Amino acid sequence: MSKPKVATTSLAGCFGCHMSLLDIDDRILQLIELVDFDKSPIDDIKEFTGRCAIGLIEGGCCNEENVRVLQDFRQHCDILIAFGDCATMGGIPAMRNNIPLSECYDEAYRNGVTVYNPSGQVPDDPDIPLLLDKVYPAHAVVKIDYFLPGCPPSADALWAVLTALLTDQPVELPYELLKYD
Amino acid sequence: MTETLKITIDNREIAALPGQTILEAADAAGIYIPRLCAHPDLRPIGSCRMCTVIADGRPQAACVKPVSDGMVIENETEELLEHRRNLIDMMFVEGNHFCMFCERSGRCELQAMAYRFGITAPQYPFQFPAKTVDASHPDIMLDHNRCIMCARCVRASQELDGKNVFQSIGRGYTRKIGVNGEKDLGDTDMDVNDRAADVCPVGCIIKKRVGFDVPFGQRKFDHKPIGSEIEEACHV
Repeated sequence: MSKPKVATTSLAGCFGCHMSLLDIDDRILQLIELVDFDKSPIDDIKEFTGRCAIGLIEGGCCNEENVRVLQDFRQHCDILIAFGDCATMGGIPAMRNNIPLSECYDEAYRNGVTVYNPSGQVPDDPDIPLLLDKVYPAHAVVKIDYFLPGCPPSADALWAVLTALLTDQPVELPYELLKYD
Repeated sequence: MTETLKITIDNREIAALPGQTILEAADAAGIYIPRLCAHPDLRPIGSCRMCTVIADGRPQAACVKPVSDGMVIENETEELLEHRRNLIDMMFVEGNHFCMFCERSGRCELQAMAYRFGITAPQYPFQFPAKTVDASHPDIMLDHNRCIMCARCVRASQELDGKNVFQSIGRGYTRKIGVNGEKDLGDTDMDVNDRAADVCPVGCIIKKRVGFDVPFGQRKFDHKPIGSEIEEACHV
């Protein structure tokens, strides 16, 4: 029987959660005994090659591309895990959520103290994904099966959840591994 | 000799003293009833409703309801645990709780309550309300994003400090903590040594220049759930 496949992505996140995944240290050797990685920044596979058992979502949705990628993950993965505070509650990017989008653009491209932009133009190339009005946690866009908060979630927490799911054990996080920071 | 009453909490009979609240009697017996607005040094107001129990068949806030002889109380029923979980969820989505950079993280009672209940994400949509930060005071910061309207600061200022720095303004969803007729905190007689600066269960009232003084792994709720100090005391 072929190994189950795991896909990962970083949407509106900082890649810190993926760093935490790598922080499982030599247990990554055990992990690749258990699974193959599909679409993921870890192996740089850009598109899904087939059905995946687990999809790990880092980051919430701040633009239209994030939404498309997240929907693609939902379509291809049996289980979706939102991992990290950005995926579970919006995180640092969601700090813009009570500021009008136009003010965010003005600050970033026109009025910021380090901005040099005499024409005052805001980038609007078709290749640049449009920003959403707000930053949304993953479960506001698609159904999420498991949540693993933390900024980032610790390597031990990630390991506990992944190994439980891959060995058909119930996902139970010990008290000390559930952290929001 | 003081008369002793008998009450029952979750089928366990315990002794209580006349005039005690359900919360005080439970604490003395090593039974933890979750609470956020209640504070041992402050007059209880039954505001947050986390401590709701079923006393003789009726929902009551344990922090304000006095015990009576033979009272039968339900505390950890499935229904009450769900009610409390819902309250925690609502407090998270109605504010802007960014734990990852909050100075109170690890010793925040709201966060600790969510840990105790094993909440990995709130079930309600986030509101992301527009709230303000008042940094006008030289020694204290007031971050309304994190306020859960427990009114501990209001009571501590009045009852313990003999001042009147904080008040509740408005009602319902728009209720907020105000200072001295909506002026800034720096315009009040608030002092960094006031008890009101110490009682905030969340990261709303923060003392400046002392943040992150306790490293990760050594903070109050890093290893033991909130309430375990009450539960462990009874085993002594």
